Amino acid sequence: MKTTLRLMTLLFAALVLSCGGKEEKKEEKFSYEKKSTKTEAVTKKEEKVPASKRVDLTNKGVGPITSVELAADIDQAMAAQGQEVFKKMCTACHRADKKFIGPAPTGITERRSPEWIMNMILNPEEMVQKDALAKELLIEFNGSPMANQNLTEEEARSVLEYFRTLK
Amino acid sequence: MKNILKSIAALVTVLIAFTSCNDTKKSDSKSGALASNVAEKVYVAPGEHDEFYAFISGGFSGQLSVYGLPSGRLFKVIPVFSQDAEKAWGYNEETKPMLETSHGFVPWDDAHHPDISQTAGEIDGRWVFINGNNTPRIAKVDLSTFETTEIIEIPNSAGNHSSSFVTENTEYVVAGTRFSVPIPQRDMPIKDYKGNFKGSLTFISVEPEHGHMDIKFQLIMPGFDYDLSHPGRGKSHGWFFFTTYNTEEASTLLEVNASQNDKDFIAAVNWKKIEEYVNNGGGTMMPANYAHNVYDESTHMATSTLKKEVLTVNPLDVPGAVFLLPTPKSPHGCDVDPTGEYIVGNGKLSANLTVHSFTKMLDAIENEKFAGDAYGIPILNFEDVLAGSVEQPGLGPLHTEFDGKGNAYTTFFISSEVVKWKLGTWEVVDRQPCYYSVGHLMIPGGNSQKPWGKYVVAMNKITKDRYLPTGPEVTQSAQLYDISGEKMELLLDFPTIGEPHYAAGCPADLIKPRSKKLFPLEENNHPYAAKSEADTKVVRDGNIVHVYMTMIRSHFAPDNIEGVKVGDKVYFHVTNLEQDYDVPHGVSMIGANTSELLIMPGQTETFLWEPKQEGVWPFYCTDFCSALHQEMQGYVRVSAANANTPLKWSLGEDIE
Repeated sequence: MKTTLRLMTLLFAALVLSCGGKEEKKEEKFSYEKKSTKTEAVTKKEEKVPASKRVDLTNKGVGPITSVELAADIDQAMAAQGQEVFKKMCTACHRADKKFIGPAPTGITERRSPEWIMNMILNPEEMVQKDALAKELLIEFNGSPMANQNLTEEEARSVLEYFRTLK
Repeated sequence: MKNILKSIAALVTVLIAFTSCNDTKKSDSKSGALASNVAEKVYVAPGEHDEFYAFISGGFSGQLSVYGLPSGRLFKVIPVFSQDAEKAWGYNEETKPMLETSHGFVPWDDAHHPDISQTAGEIDGRWVFINGNNTPRIAKVDLSTFETTEIIEIPNSAGNHSSSFVTENTEYVVAGTRFSVPIPQRDMPIKDYKGNFKGSLTFISVEPEHGHMDIKFQLIMPGFDYDLSHPGRGKSHGWFFFTTYNTEEASTLLEVNASQNDKDFIAAVNWKKIEEYVNNGGGTMMPANYAHNVYDESTHMATSTLKKEVLTVNPLDVPGAVFLLPTPKSPHGCDVDPTGEYIVGNGKLSANLTVHSFTKMLDAIENEKFAGDAYGIPILNFEDVLAGSVEQPGLGPLHTEFDGKGNAYTTFFISSEVVKWKLGTWEVVDRQPCYYSVGHLMIPGGNSQKPWGKYVVAMNKITKDRYLPTGPEVTQSAQLYDISGEKMELLLDFPTIGEPHYAAGCPADLIKPRSKKLFPLEENNHPYAAKSEADTKVVRDGNIVHVYMTMIRSHFAPDNIEGVKVGDKVYFHVTNLEQDYDVPHGVSMIGANTSELLIMPGQTETFLWEPKQEGVWPFYCTDFCSALHQEMQGYVRVSAANANTPLKWSLGEDIE
C-alpha cells in the first residue's frame, strides 16, 4: 500500500511539473550564470595591472573593423582631420594627455590594436558587453559608459591616425 | 482502511491534476475560446511593434497623443497648443513663440481633428495637422520628429471646428469657423446677428516639400455654424464639403432656436475654381491680425510673426463655385467615401442618414435646378442630389468612416453604437454597442482614397464604469473593433487623454523608417549652442548672463559657476553633446520659475533663471542617463546684487 501511495505521489509530482514547466528554465539560467561567474573569476586573477595600463596588441575587439593597414609614416593631413573630430566629438570625456572621464588616448596605439581602437569608437555598446578588456575599462572608469558619438568609419579612422601622433 | 482511503484520495488528486492539465490545453475550443482569441488579436508581444499608429486628439488637453494599434498602448503625448512641463514645450525660450497669438500668449486650447497629409489621395505619413478649436489655430506636426513645427492662427474665425482636413495632395488644409462673427470684428448688438454675422472658410496652402503653411484665401460665407468638413476625392477632388447648422441664424438658446429648420445645408465649395479666381488677382485684401509661428529644426528655435492682412473672397464674386445641398436636421459629420461619389450628412437630429451623390449634384448644377438661394448662394433640390438614405439606422448619427470595401461605419451618439452599412444599397449590415455614447470613429486611412479596413477605433464621450473609478473625473476612453469580417467584433477598451475628438491612423511602416533618432551636432545652428566643451562659457551683458553649457554622460560643462548676482536674468543655453539614440539629458535649477528642460541628442534648449537669494544653488540632470546619473550635478554661486564676485566657470578643477 505504501508503495502505491509513493507511486501516486511521484506521479502527481511529475504531472504538476509537466503542467508548470517553469522550473526547467530557471535551472538553465542558473547554469548560465555559473559559467559567467567562472570567467569572471579567471579574469580577476589577472587583474593586477589595471585594464587601462595593460598591453594587448592582438585583441581586435568586437565590431565592424576586422583589419586596418597602418602605413609606416603618419598621414599628417588625416591626423589633423582626426584631431578636429576628436575636439568636436570626444573632448567632453577625453583629454589627450590626462585621465578625465575616460582614459587618455596618449600612447594608446602602443597598448591596443588599431582595430580594437576603432571598434571601441564605433561600437562601444557591444564592446563593453562582449570584449573582456572593454568591460574591465568600464568598471575601472566607474561605470561611465563610452558614448557612441555615431562617427563614420572614415572619421574614426582619422581619429586613430591622430592617436598615432600622441606619444 | 485508512490506507485505502488515502490511496483513493491520492488517485483522485492525480486525476484532478490530470484533467485540469488537459483542460488548460483544450481551453481554446471551449467556453473561454472567444475571450482568449480576442486577447490574441490585440496582444503585441514584448519587444514587438504595433501594426498601426493612431494619432488621437487630446481634446481639452490641447495635445495630440500617439497610440499603437491593436495594442492600445500610449507612446507619446505630442504637445501642440498647451504648455507641457515634461517637454518644456511653451516653457523654454525656444518654443514659447509657438504659443503666441494675436491675443498674446495662449498656452492652452481645445484640440480637435487630426488629419494626416496625403499624396494622390493616399495617406503619406509626413505630417499631422490638427486644429485648435478655441483660439482658432492650425498646427502641423512633423512625423519625422513627432514635434509641432508650425502653428498658424486663423483670423475672422471663432470656434475653429470644421477643420483641419487636407485635400488629396495636401494642396490645402482647411479651417472652417463654427461660430459666425462680425467680419471684421466690431462692437455691435448681438441681436443684430442675422444677416450681419459671417462665417469664414479658410484655405491654407501647404508648400509641398517642407509643408510651410500660408493662408491662400478665406471664403466669407453666410452667418451659419460650419460644423465639420471633408474634401472631395477621386472624381470630386477639387471640391470641399462643409456641414452647417443654425441656418436659422440664432444667437441665443440655440438648443431650441437652431433646431427649427427641417433641413440645414451641406455647403459644396469648388476650391479649384476659387483658386483660379484668386490666382488671377481676384479677392479682396482685408486688414487682419494673426500669428504665424514656425519652428526651425536647424536652429532648434521658433519665431512668431504677426501677419497683418488676409485675402477674402465673396462667394457671389465667383459664380458656380459654391452651392448649398439641403440636408436634414443639423448635420454634424460631413464624410466623403473613398470613391468621392458619396457625401454623407450625419443629421444628428434626423431619423435617417442622408447620402448625397456628387454626380447628381453636378447634374443639378449643370441644369441649374435651383430651389432658391441663401444670400445669393444657389440652393439645390434635396431630391435632385440625394443618392439614398439609410433608414432608421440608430439615434443621433455623428460621424462616418469607410473601409474601402464598399462599407461605411457610422457612430450613433444617443443609441451608443457603431453601425456598419453598405454604400449604394444603404442596408444595415451589423451594429455593435459602444461603452458609452460614442462620438468620433477612425479607421486607419478611413477618410482617404485608400483605407486599411482592419480596425475601427470608437472614441467615446462617456466612460462611467468601464475602469476603476478615479473620483468624479474618470478616464476618457476608446474602443477597438475588428472589422475584417462581415460582423464587427469588440476587441479592446483603452484609456485616452483629454476628450478625444477624432483621430488619424496609418500603417507604422509609413512612418517608422522616417523617424529621426537624433539631431546631428554639425547641423545645429542654434545661436547659443556650445558644440563642444571648448565652446562653453559664461557671458555677462549688463544684468543678463548667458551660460553656454554642454551635457554628456554624465556631467555638465561648466558645472561650477560663480559671479552670478541676485536680480540677474540667467539664460542657460544647454546643448546635449550625445550623438546616440535615446540618450536625452535633463537639466533643472532649484527655484527656476520657468521649467526643467529635456534635451535630445544634438539639441540646444534654453531656460531662464532669475535668482532671488544669495547662496550656492545646485542644478542636476533630471533624466536618468547612466550609472553616474546621480553624479550629474553642479553649483551656481549667487552673490548680492552689489557684490564684486568675478564671473568664473569651470569643470573638474577647483574654481579658485
